[in-house]
Amino acid sequence: MAEPMLQVENVHTFYGKIEALKGVSLEVNRGEIVTLIGANGAGKTTLLMTLCGTPRAASGHIRFEGRDITQLPTHEIMRDGIAVSPEGRRIFPGLTVLENLQMGGFFADKAQIEEDVERVFSLFPRLRERHSQRAGTMSGGEQQMLAIGRALMMRPRLLLLDEPSLGLAPLIIAQIFQIVEEIRAEGVTVFLVEQNAHRALALADRGYVIENGSIVLADSGQALLANADVRKAYLGG
Amino acid sequence: MSRPNAIKNASLAALVTAVLTIPMLGLRLQPGGGLEHDWLLVLFACAAVFAVQLTGDRLGFLARLKPTFRLPAVVGEGGPWPYVIALLVALAWPFVAPRDWLDVSVLAMIYVLLGLGLNIVVGFAGLLDLGYVAFYAVGAYTYALLSLYFGFSFWECLLIGGGLAATFGVLLGFPVLRLRGDYLAIVTLGFGEIIRLILNNWDSLTHGPDGINNIPKPTLLGFEITKRASSEGARTLWEALGITYNSAYQGMALYLIVLLLVVFTLFVINRLVRMPVGRAWEALREDEIACRSLGLNPTTVKLSAFALGAFFAGIGGVFFAAKQGSITPESFVFVESAVVLAIVVLGGMGSQFGVILAALALTIIPELAREFSEYRMLVFGLVMVLMMIWRPQGLLPASRPRLELPQ
Repeated sequence: MAEPMLQVENVHTFYGKIEALKGVSLEVNRGEIVTLIGANGAGKTTLLMTLCGTPRAASGHIRFEGRDITQLPTHEIMRDGIAVSPEGRRIFPGLTVLENLQMGGFFADKAQIEEDVERVFSLFPRLRERHSQRAGTMSGGEQQMLAIGRALMMRPRLLLLDEPSLGLAPLIIAQIFQIVEEIRAEGVTVFLVEQNAHRALALADRGYVIENGSIVLADSGQALLANADVRKAYLGG
Repeated sequence: MSRPNAIKNASLAALVTAVLTIPMLGLRLQPGGGLEHDWLLVLFACAAVFAVQLTGDRLGFLARLKPTFRLPAVVGEGGPWPYVIALLVALAWPFVAPRDWLDVSVLAMIYVLLGLGLNIVVGFAGLLDLGYVAFYAVGAYTYALLSLYFGFSFWECLLIGGGLAATFGVLLGFPVLRLRGDYLAIVTLGFGEIIRLILNNWDSLTHGPDGINNIPKPTLLGFEITKRASSEGARTLWEALGITYNSAYQGMALYLIVLLLVVFTLFVINRLVRMPVGRAWEALREDEIACRSLGLNPTTVKLSAFALGAFFAGIGGVFFAAKQGSITPESFVFVESAVVLAIVVLGGMGSQFGVILAALALTIIPELAREFSEYRMLVFGLVMVLMMIWRPQGLLPASRPRLELPQ
């Protein structure tokens, strides 16, 4: 089998003296949707942030398309094929929707930006309606769409999503997950960190379960959904 | 808060006020020796503090009092006409203005320049800089020293001074990159003081507190604007125009030069904020982590804001030195930084038009009320407090030009 797109090998990450990741290893293959589920404080977001280089992994290796990116500064990692929709969305509240998207295409040329804005608007028609509105005045769901849209403006080959369903209404969550599926159909690999384990596993090809900074289970999404331990711990019995 | 508790607190505050005000207001040293006391002022101060403490939580009504006047709404892009008219008025001004008003106008224009420059750092990039005057000083001393020791001309120094100030901006930028908010403000404040103290103490280079005198006036179109040509072969503008010298003409020439600098600054900054770098400043102000997630390097973005802001202060400094003819470190004290910051905040952070308006207001109003100059800072403070209550976004808040998508 070909080399995985993203390879995480025995990564340890510390916040001061606290070891948040205790030797995590996982793989994401090209074209997959892979999800990472776990409870609050298990290390989900830390792992995602470590992939982006903030905080830097203390030991272990992270390879993206064969290149070791473990020690690269964040802005270099994010410029070449990886994009993230961060936890809490982190859109620019005072900029308009269109300006937010343009920031996502900061290093692209004008024609490419126009093309990609059009593509994001066709994925999220809601954003087109609101293109000249200040992003901070939109609803949570719309802001999440914007955060994903902004990440897509970077033309990523690997898209990292940190809890896109956080704090959203069920209807909106369904919409967002459907769009994640569409994004994958366009050829983007997706690594999804979620607390909403049920939906995430139903969508994902494969899943990992993280507990206290270690991966405790790895299987296909369907198998994890059926797994008795997972059902007990994350799916409410 | 319960009633007795409130009274207790208010009494305590009044007591503290008494302790503080007795030595300052109550006791007065007599010229012949001995102390004279005046308890009335102390009593008044304590009563005032007591009253405010007791009713303080009900003073919120001030915030609900809306001013009765309405500021004009800024309508999007209204075409070039407002700018053309403003420019024509500014151009015509020196020919109709009375002599002493011309000097005030030149000063006001310098503050416009400084306000526009600081607006990049504070307004757009959101980095609170309390030592902005340092870059102004760098520009001024660059011209003073280079003309004194090496005979550089005003226009040459304009670029060198701006560039050197920008370099200092980067130098300051590096150590403060990790800081934000209050901490950044403190370090920049210190930086401003360091520059002033160096200028004050490096006698052999800067002549210390005596400053530097006989700085040549700028030239206009290659002609000197002084009464007599400084050397054989040089010509004054008046000879070239065939008019007899009148000291008011020099003011006019200075005004036109500074107007040119302001127009240049406005043009450059307007271009910058429409370019990706301007957008990056704004994005950085809004969310630094998001910026990094998009592949932007916050270091370069911050440094570019510091450097460009400092560049315009440097230009302002060069012109200031040329206009004054003599400079001392006394011209570059902290209060200057505070005034420029007040201009930016009063005008509306990130709003160029607002900053210009505020700069004009804050330099012209004190001139109108010369007799009250002792209370200038007091009024400044009062205006700031009222602004924060009524219009925290500034006189003319930055408006976001509406972008329409091609349908």
